[in-house]
Amino acid sequence: MEHIVIIGNGISGVTAARHIRKLSDKEITIISAETDYFFSRTALMYVYMGHMKFEHTQPYENWFWKKNRIDLIKGYVKSIDHKNNVLKIDNHTDIKYDKLIIATGSKPNKFGWPGQDLGHVQGLYSKQDLEALEKNAPNKEVCKRAVIVGGGLIGIEMAEMLRSRDIPVTFLVRENSFWNGVLPSGESQMINEHILEHHIDLRLETNLVEILADDNGNARAIVTDKGDTIECNVVGLTAGVSPNINFLKDSGIELGRGVKVNRLLETNIPDIYAIGDCAEQHQGIGKRRPIEAVWYTGRMMGETIAQTICGNPTEYKPGHWFNSAKFLDLEYQTYGWVFSERSKTDEEQHFHWRHASEKICVTIAYHKDTKAFLGINTFGIRMRHNIFDRWLTENRTIEYVLEYLKDANFDPEFYSQYEKEILAKYNQENGTNISPKKKSWKRIFSKA
Amino acid sequence: MKIIKNIGLVIFLIGLAIFTTVTVTGKFTVNEQLLEQIVTEKKIKSDLFKQELQDKVVGKEFNSMLSLSPIVVNALENANNQHKKNKEYKKVIYTKPHDMAAFIGKKSASGYIANNKGTMWFLTFGLGIIGALMFILPNVILLGKKGIKNDGIYLESATNKGWIAWMVFIFLVSFYLVLYFRSEYAVNWTLIVDPISEFLSGNPAGHWFVYGFMYCVVMLVMAARMYIKYRHNMYQIVRTTSVLFFQIVFAFLIPEIMVRLQMPYYDFKNAFPLDYDFFFQWNLKSLINSGGIGMFILVWGILLTLVVVPVMVYFFGKRWYCSWVCGCGGLAETLGDPYRQHSSKSLFSWKVERWLIHSVLLFAVIMTGLTLYSFFAETSTVLGIKTSSIQNLYSLLIGSVFAGVIGTGFYPIFGNRVWCRFGCPLAAYLGFVQRFKSRFRISTNGGQCISCGNCSTYCEQGIDVRAYAQKGENIVRSSCVGCGVCSAVCPRGVLKLENGPEEGRINPTEVLLGNDVDLMKLVNKK
Repeated sequence: MEHIVIIGNGISGVTAARHIRKLSDKEITIISAETDYFFSRTALMYVYMGHMKFEHTQPYENWFWKKNRIDLIKGYVKSIDHKNNVLKIDNHTDIKYDKLIIATGSKPNKFGWPGQDLGHVQGLYSKQDLEALEKNAPNKEVCKRAVIVGGGLIGIEMAEMLRSRDIPVTFLVRENSFWNGVLPSGESQMINEHILEHHIDLRLETNLVEILADDNGNARAIVTDKGDTIECNVVGLTAGVSPNINFLKDSGIELGRGVKVNRLLETNIPDIYAIGDCAEQHQGIGKRRPIEAVWYTGRMMGETIAQTICGNPTEYKPGHWFNSAKFLDLEYQTYGWVFSERSKTDEEQHFHWRHASEKICVTIAYHKDTKAFLGINTFGIRMRHNIFDRWLTENRTIEYVLEYLKDANFDPEFYSQYEKEILAKYNQENGTNISPKKKSWKRIFSKA
Repeated sequence: MKIIKNIGLVIFLIGLAIFTTVTVTGKFTVNEQLLEQIVTEKKIKSDLFKQELQDKVVGKEFNSMLSLSPIVVNALENANNQHKKNKEYKKVIYTKPHDMAAFIGKKSASGYIANNKGTMWFLTFGLGIIGALMFILPNVILLGKKGIKNDGIYLESATNKGWIAWMVFIFLVSFYLVLYFRSEYAVNWTLIVDPISEFLSGNPAGHWFVYGFMYCVVMLVMAARMYIKYRHNMYQIVRTTSVLFFQIVFAFLIPEIMVRLQMPYYDFKNAFPLDYDFFFQWNLKSLINSGGIGMFILVWGILLTLVVVPVMVYFFGKRWYCSWVCGCGGLAETLGDPYRQHSSKSLFSWKVERWLIHSVLLFAVIMTGLTLYSFFAETSTVLGIKTSSIQNLYSLLIGSVFAGVIGTGFYPIFGNRVWCRFGCPLAAYLGFVQRFKSRFRISTNGGQCISCGNCSTYCEQGIDVRAYAQKGENIVRSSCVGCGVCSAVCPRGVLKLENGPEEGRINPTEVLLGNDVDLMKLVNKK
């Protein structure tokens, strides 16, 4: 029987394994150095914050793997010998594979800062990182201040975590407004305000110069490019992630920043595939980046590769872009493309509405000539994925989207609804006279 | 703010300590006259029992139920044994020994508690309420910006099955044991709330009045906590208001006022088979003998179960009852909210759940069948089985032990919906309707789920919500009570409770994961 070996037990690898099992009777082995069982990386923060225990982050009970004949090996793959189809694993016998899937995910970026390898300097990616944080910052007495470097999604999560234990946090952000390389300015500004409301010492346009050590080789302070020295006990490095592929350096597999793959997720070596965060498309698909370190793309690549491996070669074709995140108490969703002022083209125009007092806002991107709807960002309002996916496929205009916006609302029952206000602002700015249509189940369930 | 909280905690604990101590203190004196009164009121024909009380109780002063209760219980048991031996069945006393002790205790109470009901109320309920509110209200500020505030739940003893949780467990279990099996120790509590009971129904309070009153107080105070915790979430606010309203008005006030108006005591929202003794002979007789209102209640009770409940479940899901109206649900959603995360999500628990809850439903239906057969055939046995012993077994095992002692007592350990999930026959019935014929579902939002597990962790009914959400499947489980917390705690806006057309409820359009449609068609075809 064909032996499929998967390196990495994250969402990509595990999804691949599950779907291969659904489609076939092949022998499946997953190797991971991180944990015994699959867990949801995105939930690590909740463990530190006390919302959950680690076991709650594991979507499948421990018996699941044996029942589905998915063998689990805990070990670190040192190298791949693709000529003989053999993996060398630390403290484990060699493993022979027929097909190999690389799904090793990411590792936190380090940019050569002096002191970046000191004790109490860490990222927040793996279970080991969580354990380190629990040890380095158990409470505000041990950790009198933490400095977080890098204003992205993981940075703000780490700040939220530390604040949940009342640990003072200084947050260094390279840009002049939080995440404004991705978000339009109105939204970025709103998050700046929200960060400050959470008593986080936000320092915009500030870069890390150096991390200073104490006598034990642990971080004791950092120096910024503004000349400030900030005393701290923990330094969080959260300036993005990059593919975790060091062990492949001499493997003969073509590498860029990640493992180079084609649309079938094949590498340059036959029978070796790469999926998830560590895979790099030769060319970005649509407006997507060549490397997408996003939960759902990992899952989709896992589903796709399972088809290919089970005799139904299938290209990875992600549909319309979407994503979501939570910034402290603010929920964010996006469907289609809304670019920041820094990266948008001239054709892309934005309509922005923000609530007078609450932290709620909407930005809709549209083509300035055709009025075609390009994408939407929402903060504090939940939207229906399938509705926006369909509207994007149907090439609707912004005015159509606004008119039928009630169909897309996904907020819990009894929540205030803002379609009227949103439309009023649009009408006022554009001299139009659109009124919102009532929600219709018929439309919601109709197909594209 | 933290100081106010701590002072509040101390005040609450003092109130709780006094409330607890009250069970074993007090002053009870029975004189000749009172004994005669007791004998008349209880229609006691046993001279043995009377004699033993005469010898051992009359003229003495008891400073605790601990000393009075055993004497009464012994006297009653001895007398009954003797009478049964002598086949003097007319003399046997059918009041249960501990109820008799409670009855005598209530009549004979004197001393500080009996004479200072108002002060005692303040020292128990009063301090408890003030202390609890002082502990809860500062959260308006301490919790910070509105949003999901579950920080530290698994780091704190009270909510992570630590020693505080076990203390609460012991307290609650003991409380229910007293209530169901040793009501004589609740006599002093009844004294404390006598004025309220007399005001409402005109009668002195029994221990069930104490329970009803406490239930309302606890729900009110803990509802304040809910309002603060979920102040960003209108669904939770409206729902909490609804359970409060139905508990206080329907379960507590209306029945008491009906008694004052010489009507039968009845909770109009308590549907059979949760209200398992609705068809018991004594209840049917009492309703039939109560004229128009009795017949109305009889018809309403039957309509409620056969028509109102299922029709409402069709339109809104069983949540309309279980987490908007029901008293058990009301307590679970207020007092029980800090413990919701303890329900087990394992597949094994789900199996146990299905066997148990449907067995209880079957039990309730069979018991009621026997009851009705006995009623109409005017016989007390069916196939040689005494109907009353089946009823008693049900009352003891399901009505008292399961619903009360385990159902609420185990909150801090097994979560707040143990009864609703594993035992409630009404929930089982509503579950069938919800699963097979309802517009209610929890919609999953396409491919947004990140499998974080907040929804599953905080599901009080032990549903592994994530298992559905991460596959893009809607949740249509029979056990879902629609509390809405999975949707509230989801960081990515994936879940929404809604009532919509039945078509598309279980498999909404094609499963939308974001993958290109070609692939999805293929996956769906397989």
